[in-house]
Amino acid sequence: MSHETAVEGTNYLNNGYSLRSWFLTTDHKRIAILYLFTIVLFFFVGGSFAVLMRLELMSPQGTLVQAETYNKLFTMHGIVMIFFFLIPSIPAVLGNFLIPMMVGARDLAFPRLNLLSWYVFVAGASVTLFALVTGGLDTGWTFYTPFSTSYSNTRVVPAMVGIFITGFSSILTGLNFIVTVHKMRAPGLTWFRLPLFVWSLYATSLVMVLATPVLAITVAMVAFERATGIGIFNPAIGGDPLLFQHLFWFYSHPAVYIMILPAMGVVSEVIATFSRKEVFGYRFVAAASLAIAVYGFLVWGHHMFVSGQSVYAGLVFSILSYLVAIPSAVKVFNWTATLYKGQIWFQTPLLYAFGFIGLFTIGGLTGLFLAAMAVDVHLTDTYFIVAHFHYIMVGGAVMGFMAGIHYWWPKITGRLYPEGWAKFSALVLFVGFNLTFFPQFLLGYLGMPRRYYHYPPEFQVLNVLSTAGASILGVGYLIPLIYLLWSLKRGKVAGANPWGATTLEWQTASPPITQNFPTTPVVTSGSYEFPALEEVHSE
Amino acid sequence: MSDHAHPTPVAHQFDDREQQTEVGRLGMWLFLATEILFFGGLFTAYLVMRWKWPEAFAVANSKMDVTLGAINTAVLLTSSLTMALGVRAAQLGRGKGSFALIIATMVFGLAFLGIKAVEYARKFQEGLFPGPGFVFEGATGRQVETFFSLYFMMTGLHALHMVVGIGILTVIAAMIRRGRFSPDYYAPVEISGLYWHFVDIIWIFLFPLLYLIHPHL
Repeated sequence: MSHETAVEGTNYLNNGYSLRSWFLTTDHKRIAILYLFTIVLFFFVGGSFAVLMRLELMSPQGTLVQAETYNKLFTMHGIVMIFFFLIPSIPAVLGNFLIPMMVGARDLAFPRLNLLSWYVFVAGASVTLFALVTGGLDTGWTFYTPFSTSYSNTRVVPAMVGIFITGFSSILTGLNFIVTVHKMRAPGLTWFRLPLFVWSLYATSLVMVLATPVLAITVAMVAFERATGIGIFNPAIGGDPLLFQHLFWFYSHPAVYIMILPAMGVVSEVIATFSRKEVFGYRFVAAASLAIAVYGFLVWGHHMFVSGQSVYAGLVFSILSYLVAIPSAVKVFNWTATLYKGQIWFQTPLLYAFGFIGLFTIGGLTGLFLAAMAVDVHLTDTYFIVAHFHYIMVGGAVMGFMAGIHYWWPKITGRLYPEGWAKFSALVLFVGFNLTFFPQFLLGYLGMPRRYYHYPPEFQVLNVLSTAGASILGVGYLIPLIYLLWSLKRGKVAGANPWGATTLEWQTASPPITQNFPTTPVVTSGSYEFPALEEVHSE
Repeated sequence: MSDHAHPTPVAHQFDDREQQTEVGRLGMWLFLATEILFFGGLFTAYLVMRWKWPEAFAVANSKMDVTLGAINTAVLLTSSLTMALGVRAAQLGRGKGSFALIIATMVFGLAFLGIKAVEYARKFQEGLFPGPGFVFEGATGRQVETFFSLYFMMTGLHALHMVVGIGILTVIAAMIRRGRFSPDYYAPVEISGLYWHFVDIIWIFLFPLLYLIHPHL
């Protein structure tokens, strides 16, 4: 601290250039960058599997790949996108970068565990990739037994080992966030002054910490059963395949909230900043995050309505699933109410946030169709399901990620992205997304099952539309990749607070110094108290 | 315990010692919460299988060595006692006493693992290890095998936690010898103790479920 004046002009990015200074860093901001590179890589790997699938589905007869290859493609697309992109996307990149800054701390509570989590992630990802390139996996990302344990001829055991390892990176991240939010807040920063992004990630972390261990032990049992031929999940020798489904969805349903809650946090920040208003019903939005996390643990059985689980269990799960709509709707209505009479500034992050609200609402409402047992019987395992969860995961989570990356890009890099290109690509993404996935609702309603490499000819028009949309979507993802990299050198210098935002991370330099703040900030008000607009313009 | 104590400095991200201690404590409690869910998957599988195959599980229970299990339970409970006393000694700044008690805890832990190894070896010899070598006469042989696969997974995972615990205590013992702790700062001892007691509690559930449910249902 004594040489504070001497470090003027240095920041976390130019504070050391060696490989060692990156790969052995404990700075949460550098670890966030490590994660960013890793998950973007996986996003394009997972995306390339989707490209092959959509090309295959251009024609009813299936001309590009064989049935076995197609099974591997949708499995690998699901595994890579869920475990290696969506789950770590906002938490491990933006959460890592922002949570310590938003609570006014110098770092997370456990900086070395944070670095360890990245290495664990890379190790787990490497093992899984090893399984995928040395024979692949054809079980679907759900690994249903007894197919995965007894019948699949693909690389189940190494894939399970990879998923098992990766889970611990998620647990470590969640644990770190929870402890940081509890114990590292700056003086004056009470719980109800925290930014809503922090609330969202706190709720997300609870899910990560409590659900992921169950997935870990479940995939360990699958691997053990496959290796030794024992019968916990194998009905032929007295095991129970439903037990697997219960254990799997006990994690994998809450995992949906690991993906969507952080995106909701981003949207809350973006909407407050670009409408220059305190988030309407702040406490309700905060509590809704926790409510979603709690309900999320109680609805897993809606994935199993046709599995043979008891109809009474199904009824309860159905009702509980409807309840999730309440806190979700609280958020959507409160965001809308925040925009009302706000000073709206149409910058790219807000466009993405609008995209999120619209697409998440469609994804959420179709989720209510599926939570109704009778409708679900008709729609289970059709393209309706595929469309529904892509509206949540891509329309929701990825749009949220894009909103967050654009919103905090000036903070992370110190440079502005090119606004015109960014708005254009946000539009391209929105159009491409809807063209890809809306036809799939229709396909599913008409009865086209998911996970088939060919289909009756009458479905071709909608499938070709979907593939055309996917091409537009692909372009929409490539444009940001190019202009964001371009902006690293050529972008306009952003300054500390280009959006006039009020949360703590904007009150320090861009890019921030390694210690985040020259001195620990003292908080005297809530997160969203915007000064009158005239004051900003006079500055 | 040495004349030249080197108290560990407060890590850079913390304001003071108290904050660091609280952070460590909360972190360990959260970690233990994840552990409950981690073991919880196996306990669930055990309960479902037991519900489904009560007779086979009763027969399999009768193959368990209750005496060795009971001895191990006593050994482990004693290790928790020495651990608790070790934490207390560290809190009072009694380095030597704390060191001896941690070593005693490790010895009890190793004794537990030794007895467990004897049990495992016997099960192997009796052909009760699941897999191709499994031998069991009777109509419910495959379900008895399921019991033993759960037995080996649950106790194996528990034993793995014991090994990790002994590793942690080795580090703690070395830190005590270097005089890293004082009545103001003994959080690592306390936190390791939490972990050790947790592993002990897991065994308190494993022992009755796997050994004590009587075959004459």
